Amino acid sequence: MISLQGISKSFKVARRAAGLRQAAKSLIFREHTVVEALKDITFSIGEGEIVGYIGPNGAGKSTSIKVMSGILVPDRGSCTIKGYTPWKERTAYVGHIGVVFGQRSQLWWDVPVIDSFQLLKDIYRIPPDEYRRNLALLTETLDLGGLLETPVRQLSLGQRMRCEIAASLLHGPSVLFLDEPTIGLDAVSKLAVRDFIRTINREKGVTVILTTHDMSDIEALADRILLIGKGTLLYDGTLQQLRGRFGTERTVTVDYRGGSGQGPLVVEGAESVSWSPERAVFRVDTGKTRIADVLSRLSEQAELLDVAIEAKPVEELIVELYREHRI
Amino acid sequence: MVLYFKYLSILFKSQLQYRASFWLLTFGQFFIPFSVFAGMYLMFERFGELRGWTFYEAALVFAVIHLAFSLSECFARGFDMFSGLIASGGFDRLLVRPRSTALQVLGSQFEFTRFGRLLQSAIVLVWALAKLPIDWNAPRAVTLALMVACGVLIFTGIYMLFATLCFWTVQGLEIGNIFTDGGREMAQYPLDIYKKWVTVFFTFVIPFGCVNYLPLLYVLGRAHGHPAGYMAMPLAGVLFLLPCLAVWLIGVRHYRSTGS
Repeated sequence: MISLQGISKSFKVARRAAGLRQAAKSLIFREHTVVEALKDITFSIGEGEIVGYIGPNGAGKSTSIKVMSGILVPDRGSCTIKGYTPWKERTAYVGHIGVVFGQRSQLWWDVPVIDSFQLLKDIYRIPPDEYRRNLALLTETLDLGGLLETPVRQLSLGQRMRCEIAASLLHGPSVLFLDEPTIGLDAVSKLAVRDFIRTINREKGVTVILTTHDMSDIEALADRILLIGKGTLLYDGTLQQLRGRFGTERTVTVDYRGGSGQGPLVVEGAESVSWSPERAVFRVDTGKTRIADVLSRLSEQAELLDVAIEAKPVEELIVELYREHRI
Repeated sequence: MVLYFKYLSILFKSQLQYRASFWLLTFGQFFIPFSVFAGMYLMFERFGELRGWTFYEAALVFAVIHLAFSLSECFARGFDMFSGLIASGGFDRLLVRPRSTALQVLGSQFEFTRFGRLLQSAIVLVWALAKLPIDWNAPRAVTLALMVACGVLIFTGIYMLFATLCFWTVQGLEIGNIFTDGGREMAQYPLDIYKKWVTVFFTFVIPFGCVNYLPLLYVLGRAHGHPAGYMAMPLAGVLFLLPCLAVWLIGVRHYRSTGS
């Protein structure tokens, strides 16, 4: 469905030195440095997948999205999406994709949302029936009912993002690129957006490629992670595999009553992290000790009131990945 | 073309959101060329005629070029203001839509307040035509309409050329105004009053003369030779636009390979 083979792209960037003299000099002639934004990127994505595309700022995420959406022409490599080469058959291809740039609006600022939608209907040549059907579905699932008649400039960020996403899906694309769709949203809007992405993925089989810095987006949505750093693809796999690779460690927090009352509870195979007469926190390596054993040993010593077992947050796993690859 | 009108209507609605500023700007635009025209009037008042051109003939030349200019500023504003679209990244958005870039850029902005200028030029046109003893027939009327239409194409072409430069410079270059504003100022007088090289430049390089001075000779009955030649003259505007469009496409290709 989507396949990239050895995509490379480099940019010439004008180098500017500080100082007035240097600035004046750069008016006449400039030194260029070549920045390799993408180095030999190869991956493929199947129909109906949700893929989280992550990496630190400047890693090449946006460049890859631009290549895949047909905006940029790469230096080398091939890319086939739904049978098209994005940058070659641009006008034929882009009718099959939807793109949301989280930081830039695609709606006309001063007019009601519905006017923008109608213009998009003409731009994409959406047949009236299909337009009506898609609009009804999007209005319902994104809860746009009261928003359509409001000028875009009066919408809150969360409301606007819902309208942006609807606008990218009016023509019924089968691939959706989301570039930081939850940036700046409050918790409620974030959940609504995630919920919606999952819904269209499940019900309409839309393939979703999502870039984000919010790891809870990834956790909530992505079956698969592509990690890119300094233009190179560093990791391609599921969140589960990533957890398995770095995180056999669990944090066990217990609230308890009783016990000796004198000093911390001591349990074989669990390292005590913190302790108070009511609560104790342990670190357990599940590769060596079973959680169940730890709990049963604990319950022999005290009456357990509450138990919480947490894996390492995805955020930390990602930081470890970054560290491993020195990016 | 249908889509172009849809763009037109949505942006008209947008502009009407700010009614007070819309009317003020329209009003102001009415008076800008008015002052230029008043200067022209006073000059003719003093000297009577200019190298054999009467005031009303010159007024007609003025009206044609200003009509074309205000129409192009209104309807091809997207190219005129293109640097903003590049700087904001809005051009990327246009590239992920299944339509030609030129059409979408044209549709990205209209400046309806130019109706003020348009109205002023139209009044001058009607006034000049009423006072001139022109022997009207269909070909002459068609020629006059063609002059305005093709004048619009030339201005649009210039906007397009300088919009293309934005792909390399990102920031808009005021240098384009030398040719649009400058060309307009020059071409609002009959071209034969200038030095030879000016006339040549505005006939063969930027063909304002072809949509203005030369066919007007025919409309005013001053032409020698076959009228068809003069009637076809404005089509030079089309010839001018084509290479501009080609340059634009080269610019778009450059943008897509450099991303800047």
